[in-house]
Amino acid sequence: MSEILRVEDLKKYFETKKGTLHAVDGVTFTVEAGKTLGIVGESGCGKSTLGRVILHLHERTDGKIVFQGEDISDVSPAKLKALRKDMQIIFQDPYASLNPRMSLGNIIGEPLEIYGMCKSKEEKEKKVREIMDVVGLASRTYYLYPHELDGGRRQRVGIARALILDPKLIVCDEPVSALDVSIQAQILNLMMELQKERGLTYLFITHNLSVVKHISDDITVMYLGQMVEKADSAEIFKHQYHPYTKALISAIPLPKYDAPDNQIILKGEITSPINVTKSCRFAPRCIYAKPECFNTEPQLEEVAPNHFVKCHFVKEINNL
Amino acid sequence: MAEKILDVKDLEIRYVTDEETVKAVNGISFTLEKGESIGLVGETGAGKTTTALGILRLVPDPPGEIVGGSIEFKGRQLLDLTEKEMRQIRGGQISMIFQDPMTSLNPVMTVGEQIAEVVLLHNKISKAEARKKAMEMLEQVGIPGERCDEYPHQFSGGMKQRVVIAIALACSPELLIADEPTTALDVTIQAQVLELMRKLKQEYNTSLILITHDLGVVAKICDKVAVVYAGEVIESGTLKDIYTDKRHPYTIGLFDSLPDIENDSESLKVIQGMVPDPSNLPDGCKFHPRCPHATEACKTGVMPSIQVSETHMVRCNRFSAEV
Repeated sequence: MSEILRVEDLKKYFETKKGTLHAVDGVTFTVEAGKTLGIVGESGCGKSTLGRVILHLHERTDGKIVFQGEDISDVSPAKLKALRKDMQIIFQDPYASLNPRMSLGNIIGEPLEIYGMCKSKEEKEKKVREIMDVVGLASRTYYLYPHELDGGRRQRVGIARALILDPKLIVCDEPVSALDVSIQAQILNLMMELQKERGLTYLFITHNLSVVKHISDDITVMYLGQMVEKADSAEIFKHQYHPYTKALISAIPLPKYDAPDNQIILKGEITSPINVTKSCRFAPRCIYAKPECFNTEPQLEEVAPNHFVKCHFVKEINNL
Repeated sequence: MAEKILDVKDLEIRYVTDEETVKAVNGISFTLEKGESIGLVGETGAGKTTTALGILRLVPDPPGEIVGGSIEFKGRQLLDLTEKEMRQIRGGQISMIFQDPMTSLNPVMTVGEQIAEVVLLHNKISKAEARKKAMEMLEQVGIPGERCDEYPHQFSGGMKQRVVIAIALACSPELLIADEPTTALDVTIQAQVLELMRKLKQEYNTSLILITHDLGVVAKICDKVAVVYAGEVIESGTLKDIYTDKRHPYTIGLFDSLPDIENDSESLKVIQGMVPDPSNLPDGCKFHPRCPHATEACKTGVMPSIQVSETHMVRCNRFSAEV
């Protein structure tokens, strides 16, 4: 399999009044074409910023982004426009990400106009109707406005808009978290079918672990701007080595009668990503933390084939 | 038998406007005993929140209107009480936790004042005592009492929800209604808050109505479940009844559409179609347009309530022959 996207030591800092906010701090991964990388974490872990930096919706502070073998860390605006054809995004909120004053036909067709990809109005309409069919939007909705649709259909519009340029990579930023479960299942199935048919690559950003397990090939867990654990999807749900991942997965309430009660309840809450020191960022909440964790930053270490963990004491904790 | 604390019977609530009538709640019935907790489960627009607001008589009127049914709380008919009597009950004997902790706190009052406010309203005590009580409540929910002079913006989302819980429990209510109390929270924080609610519920022996769409959360803290669809309870029973012996096609579909974290599956089973528009509900079984087992008989009339067992009720034609 060929790699389509690689980021190396990617960093994004924001300057705030209180100091430097380390939103994304040294993230490295590769995604192979046609696969899905799930990025999981809680609010404020930098997962959305990461997706946006890759698409140049935020400019990176440091690090490297390689897309289809080409270094796109610094690109001219003209080049970026060309690149965006291949890299699209689906946003979280299907209510806020569609222009309320444009009809569906125009929302979905706008990218075609921006890229001058259709010679006539008729051609645009034909292409838009085709893609609407692909995502399961009835043709009669062509002239409707976003407010006339429910959340599930709106999200289909967001997907159609991202697909119309036939991109290679789609960053999906919490695409189903605003939807009801029965609708969520419909959208997830649609996204997986589309991936199979069109060989799409997804960067799937979410806080929902059961969703990410369902859709991803590989999973990266983020905490305060850093990757703390990375492995393939089945592996990470079988063996979690980082204390944060353990707690995160155990915290999912299972829809089962008599589910075993082995929850790890974390103390405290996510700490501030402003002016961080050289330490393990999870240490203040970690039940295994030792003095060393507060003084030195652990490195991402391969503890099992293709399973990486960022923890000083990963071996001791897990008896490896 | 434990003491029955709440008995909701055939509750019907509508929102009437010039253009349309939204039938939000269409004959919901359930009972709750002291110390028991029930989960009202359903999707957006099922009428869960309206039911809760109905119990507190907080349905915005107009356009909302309680058109039928009865709500008996500790032997008193809530629908017959005056507004003044109702205010005694709200926040005192029945209190509510709203979904969004960010908007349910007053941004220009300190959290201590907000807890003390409800204590002062329902008890004849001095301000100093109320403040002391507020600090105690904060400690109860795991926030240092010294933070009682801080404002809501100084707290994180999980902490704000704890403050809201402290306000709701300040007068030791006998019934607590929690509307999606953890939906806005991250999973590790959700785990903390659920654990806290479970602990406090045991300590105060409070009855709980938990409104949620998350079947995992229900499994964690509820004794009983009522599945709500289009303003009706389509299946109800104990946690065990619903989770291990679900009958109604909608309940089954709801469980199946959840990605399973323990097993792998290629694609998710989905319920076809959408939740019906409550201003234009189908005749017969409200679920029949989406139901894989629907027959002609489902398209008209009222679905029978069938007792599968003493505790387990399902409203579906499929089971009428069996019993």
